[in-house]
Amino acid sequence: MNVSRSTGWMAATAAALWLGLGQADEFTQEDLQRWNQEFMEVVKEGDRLFHGGFPSKNTVSCDQCHPNATNTHPETYPKFQKQLGEVVPMWRMINWCIENPLESEPLPADDPRMTALQAYIHWERRGAKLEPGKH
Amino acid sequence: MNRRNFLKTGLGAAAVGALPMSLVEIAWGAKDEERFTFAYISDSHITHVRGNEFVRNWDRGLIRAVAECNLLDPRPDFVVYGGDIAQLGKPEEIDHGLEILSGLRDKVYYVMGEHDYYVDLGDYWRKRLGPDWYAFDHKGVHFIVLNSILTYSEWTHKKWESGMARMKEMARLDNPNGSPFMVGEEQRKWLAQDLAKVDRDTPIVVCSHSPLQKIYKGWNFWTEDAEEIHKLLAPFKKVTVIYGHVHQIQYNQIGNISFYAVMATAWPWPYPNTYALAESHLPKLTVPMNRADPFFERDATGWQLIDVHSGRVDTHYFLPDNTNRSVVFDEKRGHPVDTRYQAVAARIPPQQHY
Repeated sequence: MNVSRSTGWMAATAAALWLGLGQADEFTQEDLQRWNQEFMEVVKEGDRLFHGGFPSKNTVSCDQCHPNATNTHPETYPKFQKQLGEVVPMWRMINWCIENPLESEPLPADDPRMTALQAYIHWERRGAKLEPGKH
Repeated sequence: MNRRNFLKTGLGAAAVGALPMSLVEIAWGAKDEERFTFAYISDSHITHVRGNEFVRNWDRGLIRAVAECNLLDPRPDFVVYGGDIAQLGKPEEIDHGLEILSGLRDKVYYVMGEHDYYVDLGDYWRKRLGPDWYAFDHKGVHFIVLNSILTYSEWTHKKWESGMARMKEMARLDNPNGSPFMVGEEQRKWLAQDLAKVDRDTPIVVCSHSPLQKIYKGWNFWTEDAEEIHKLLAPFKKVTVIYGHVHQIQYNQIGNISFYAVMATAWPWPYPNTYALAESHLPKLTVPMNRADPFFERDATGWQLIDVHSGRVDTHYFLPDNTNRSVVFDEKRGHPVDTRYQAVAARIPPQQHY
């Protein structure tokens, strides 16, 4: 065995471990609070958009048909939508609502407003078990 | 053609047309001529967008109910409009709604809804339509119309930025800062005086916007002083309450009172028991309407024909894109039943809400 090569490998491992201890896996109560706060701020924004905050061209808002985001069933997506002819994730159905009852422009899938709407919808449905595909 | 035949053939024809309203039939007394019907249209939520533009979808619901109601032959004796003509109580909305309703060939009795009221505390509505609580008699039945969407005066008279700010708070169904509906002391006093003049054997039909029972407070499927109203109605043999607000089929029996909810012409609401984070008290008797298919914009909306007989009410729901339903008073069981779906085995998958 080449001694110098082995020592080099061990040093690299030690360095990796040392770096690892400082940067990953460990998190504190403060971290948890911050992550939750970040999430809840997005939920709050989704709540606002859901209740009239979305720039709806005909003034109709999501909550008019879905008080507390009921009958949105986020736990059932992705699922087959007969009228769309394929299995879709939830954001496709949200856009369907934006385009039809709200008569407005659809959002890109990764638009922060789309994320916020989904965060709020999921938050109101927390605790429901996952049932993808269910009707 | 006698009345009974009309209902058979009339309803058959209506089913083909798939009408969006609720037809109420009341037959009072043994004689056939004492049986009568009236139509019930409710919750149109006409919404002003800008200029002369209104939300098309909600306009279409009311236009369809009016058109189909006018096709009934023989005519219903009158129509009741169950409240929430407007979305935000704007004069433009009330005017536009009444313009559509002016197409009805029959006399219309109006009920006040919270969406008609909270911007100006009902001033414009009353200017167009008259008092918001009153009574009338028709073929031996005593009808009472209540304004059941009042609330605590501390809430109503908070320091609101504007009437519209107050309206927007009350217009949001799931608003945690809302306030529960009630009939209130002044109207209860009037109701007691009105009922004092009525024979205990006279059938009573009460029309209100909110349920006059307590189902789910979070969405104001609720009337705070419901029990006090029930007490006032308790001495009467046959009492029916017909209410709007909930945009869904509900029916119930509490003591001597039969309850029927009517459909909205605008859009359906989920049943409160589908909110995973709250408890509701949906009447056990109720077989739910079908879950709405959003791809059909009139689905899970409707109107009613009410058939009044022997002082009891049968409610026929006209449901576009769905099979029509009839919920009738069952003398033997002493409560309303669905003529088709009441038995658990008869229910269909779309009636399961979750």
